[in-house]
Formats: sequence, C-alpha cells, structure tokens
Amino acid sequence: MSWLVDPFTDFVFMQRALLGCLAISLGATPVGVFLMLRRMSLTGDAMAHAILPGAAVGYLVAGLNLGAMTIGGVVAGLIVAVLTGAVARFTALREDASLAAFYLISLALGVLLVSLKGSNVDLMHVLFGTVLALDNAALILLCAITTVTLATLALIFRPLVLECADPRFLASVSRWSGPVHFIFLALVVLNLVAGFQALGTLMAVGIMILPAATARFWATSISGMLIVAAVSASIASVFGLLMSYHAGLPSGPAIILSAGCLYLLSLGFGRVGSLFTRAFPRPHLDA
Amino acid sequence: MITRRLLLISAAAISFASTALAEGKLKVVATFSILGDLVAQVGGDRVEVTTLVGPDGDAHVYQPSPADAQGVADAAVIVANGLGFEGWMDRLVEASGTAATVVIASNTVTPIAFAEAVEEAGHDDHADEHADEHAEEHADEAHDHDHAHDHGAQDPHAWQNVTNVAIYVENIAAGLTAADPEGAATYKANATAYLAELSVLDADIRAAVAALPADRRTIVTSHDSFGYFAAAYGLTFVSPQGVSTEAEASAMDVAALITQIRDAGISAVFVENIADPRLLEQVASETGAKIGGTLFSDALSGPDGPASTYLAMMRNNLTQLTAALGS
Repeated sequence: MSWLVDPFTDFVFMQRALLGCLAISLGATPVGVFLMLRRMSLTGDAMAHAILPGAAVGYLVAGLNLGAMTIGGVVAGLIVAVLTGAVARFTALREDASLAAFYLISLALGVLLVSLKGSNVDLMHVLFGTVLALDNAALILLCAITTVTLATLALIFRPLVLECADPRFLASVSRWSGPVHFIFLALVVLNLVAGFQALGTLMAVGIMILPAATARFWATSISGMLIVAAVSASIASVFGLLMSYHAGLPSGPAIILSAGCLYLLSLGFGRVGSLFTRAFPRPHLDA
Repeated sequence: MITRRLLLISAAAISFASTALAEGKLKVVATFSILGDLVAQVGGDRVEVTTLVGPDGDAHVYQPSPADAQGVADAAVIVANGLGFEGWMDRLVEASGTAATVVIASNTVTPIAFAEAVEEAGHDDHADEHADEHAEEHADEAHDHDHAHDHGAQDPHAWQNVTNVAIYVENIAAGLTAADPEGAATYKANATAYLAELSVLDADIRAAVAALPADRRTIVTSHDSFGYFAAAYGLTFVSPQGVSTEAEASAMDVAALITQIRDAGISAVFVENIADPRLLEQVASETGAKIGGTLFSDALSGPDGPASTYLAMMRNNLTQLTAALGS
C-alpha cells in the first residue's frame, strides 16, 4: 500500500504529475475514441507533428515559455487542419494525402526552426516534455483544456456521433457537418498541445489513441468506450508514474508503455472482439 | 585587475574580428567554444579559429553539418578536447579526409572517473548510491589505461579545473608551433601571458572557496560537468540528471534529489545554460532551496553574455557560487 501511496504523499511534484496526467486522461481520451471511431487514429499522430513549428516559433520568440509555445502550437495545428480541409474540398487530392503533405512540411519547418536557434538540445525538450516539471501555469492550462474539451464534446455530442456513423446522412439533414468536423479537429489540436506540455509532442498522441484502442475491446456503446478509455488512461498514468518513481524509468515513456500494456492485454483478453473471444466464442444463448 | 581583464577581452575580440577577414592565416578548427577561446588566446592574430559547436550549444548531441566537414577538410590544425567528449570527432575527421594535425588538448591531463569527485569530497549521503555504483563500476578501467576511448567512463569536462587548462594551453601551443614553426615565438609569448592569467584565476577560486563556511559547499545543478571543479576546489556538486543531457530524468531521480536536498540542507540550486530549467524550478519550489544564477559548463555564452571567454566563464561561475553559498 505504501508502494502506491507514499510517492504521492511525500512529494509535491508527484502530486502535480498525477493531476496533470489525470487531466490529460480525462480530456484527451474522448477525443481519441472519436478519432478511432472515425478511422482517423493516425490523424492524431500527423497533427502532433504539425504542431511542432508553432511551438518552435513560440520557443524562438519567448524561450521555454508556456503561453507562447501553447499559442504557437494551437495556431500551427489549426492552420494545418484548415488547409487540409480546404485542399480536400477544393482540389482532387484526398484529405489523408493532403494532411500527410501538410504535416510533413510542418514537421520539417519545425525541426528547422528549433535547430536555427543553434542549441539542438532544446528540441529534445520540445519533443519530450517532462511531466515531472509541471508548474502552476502548466497545470492550469491542462485542466482548462480538459474542461473546454469535455464541455465542447457535450455540446456537439449528437452531431459528432452521427458524423462518425454516417457523415453523408448528417450532411443531408443538417448544416452542422462541416462545423462539427472543424470543431472536432480543433479539440484534437488543443489536447495535443496540452499533452505535449507534459509528455512531449511524440508521446502526447499515445495517451490519446492507446486508451481508445483499449476501450474498443471492452465496450460496445460509445459512452461505454469513453468511460473505459478514461479509466484505462488514468490507470496507465498512475502505474507509469509509480514505475518512474520505483524503477527509475523516464516518466513519459513509462506512462505510454503502461497504456500500451493495457492495450495488449485487452487485445488478447478483452470482452468484445479480442483474440480470446474470437478463438473461444461463447454460445449465443449465453452471450 | 578589472582593467587588465577588459583589455584582454577586447584584445581577443579585436583579434577575432581581424582574423575573420584576413587571408593567409593558420586555419584552426576547435570542436567547441571553450577550446575556440583557448586557441584564439594562444594563436593571437596568426590563426583563424572556427568552432564546430558554438556558444550555448551542446557538444553531447551535436550533429556535424556538411559545412562543418568542409571546414575540417580545409583546416591545418584541429583542436579537440578528447576524453570521449566529442564522440563524433573521429568519424568527422575521417569523413572529411582532412590532412590536418589533430591536437588532443586534454593529452597528459589526469582523467577522473564520473562521480569520483563526490566520493573524494567525503559525501556519503545514501541518495548518491546510484552515482557511486557508477563510479566504482568504471574506476578500474579509467585507471588502467588513461588514454582509452572509454566513452562514459572518464569525465571529459577537464577544463573545469584551471590547472588542467594550463596543460590544454601548452598542448595547443605545441600543436600550433608544430603546424606553423615560424610563429613559435608568438605562440610561446601568448601562452606564457595566458598561463599567468590562469594562475591568478586559480588562486582567486581557491581563496573564494576557502572563505565559504565548511557546511555550505554543496550545490545542486542539472548537469554533471563539474567533477573536476569539485575535486580541485573542494566543493560538492549533485545533480538530478545523469551525466549526459540526452538522459531524461525519472521520478526516482527527482525524488532522490529532493530527499537529498532536504536531508543535507542544501540551499542553492543552479540552472545551467543547457539543461531543462523547468525541472529545477520544480525541485527548488518543493524544497525551498534558492535558485542561483546561470553556471556555464560546456559552452561559452555569446559575445555579449557573461561568459564570452574561458576566464570570464570561470569568474562568472565563481561569482554565482559564492553569492549563493556565502549568504
């Protein structure tokens, strides 16, 4: 028991890390579930890279400054999202191809900008933030983004679910199809920016997508998946932090690998469509 | 004293400015900014110095660019620190196909193993177990063959001991003389003048540290570059991160550091110019320790910064340390 509790009672930085991780777990996982349902799981990864030049410009202007890097990241992410949508709408190129094109341009630009500053170690801090160094401003930002995300999702929940299930139907009965898509992409960008304060741009996607994929093996309803995803992300956060504390592992990778272990377990033994249930299907009457 | 330093600094600045323009000088490539400064001090206006890793850069994670390889190819003399500091150097020299003489500035310096300084200072806090294990593990190798390319076993940051820098300066002077025998007298004169500056600096550091209370000689900083400084001048440096800036700190490391600061009553935490300052601010706010100014370890600051030359860097560090520890 003390193994579980002591790290968090003895050290304020562990409490902060836990709070930050739980905020991300609550905010980013619903977004991840919708990404997965819309078959856009890799979009999260692409957007995470797209954020980099904005964060880099913020960094060049103001150093390791939370506000500047956040605003920069959000602006860069939104620009890529809007450009991608516009190209898909007005040219022959499909959305996935145009997203790939823009995020690669964006990523290259970001690496270039960070390197221009002359000190290449800073790039590592941008790519791998540290959850152990969350100050008050970063915590407030994380919690605010989680609140905004949950409130926005509640507002657009019905059109968003319809957009997942049957986007053409939504477009035919409502003017909400386009706006919902962009609002949703904006939420993706916001949560990735929140995640990269704590976990870095590369790891932020992990806490968004892995719990969502895990949830797919446990729940059939959307609300069920949202709950399982948030819970599994929270478990992974706590376990990852404990591993980082007791075994001396770097915290970001430890958290994401914990989420990865939960995913692999679910893949094998989950209740819905896992390898186990496919290998040993239960009789229909019991199910 | 101050006037003389100002004169020297401006002399160095002027020689930089003029060498960049002039033709027909000895082309020297130094691997990082501190060596670049030493070469400029010894070479004066007979040499044209280029540094690969510039001010505020981190030589641990440096990636050579094609322009760097070109510079190395054209150079007459290459000055490297050695002791495994520039892991990329051998490949760069080979790839560029240069005919330059390679001067290893740390040649004949007695290397110390990582974290050995902590042991020597008699610091037996249990939170250091990790570092001590590391030191013991490598201590044998380090003593067996002192010119080995044992990356990771020896601490390469030998310039933090001013006495070692005197050896650096002599090695550099010898290397420049070998490549440009006509300038021998100039190099010798410059080196002698600079060695005098170094011995004044060394004496000043010893005097300042001696004036500190015995129980206020432990400092926390985010980079393990001060092993030689600690061993030479009797201070103890502890760090939340491993020796390489590539390592990401774990919660265990940070917790151990906080416990250590609380137990040992350490009152000063220093942010270095190249490691993550956010982590240290967190540690400082949790322990109530004071955040000191910037210490420079592996790189000089830009020309307008407080550590534009080696001498300025060491004096800046000394001022920061005594200000935080003396109060």
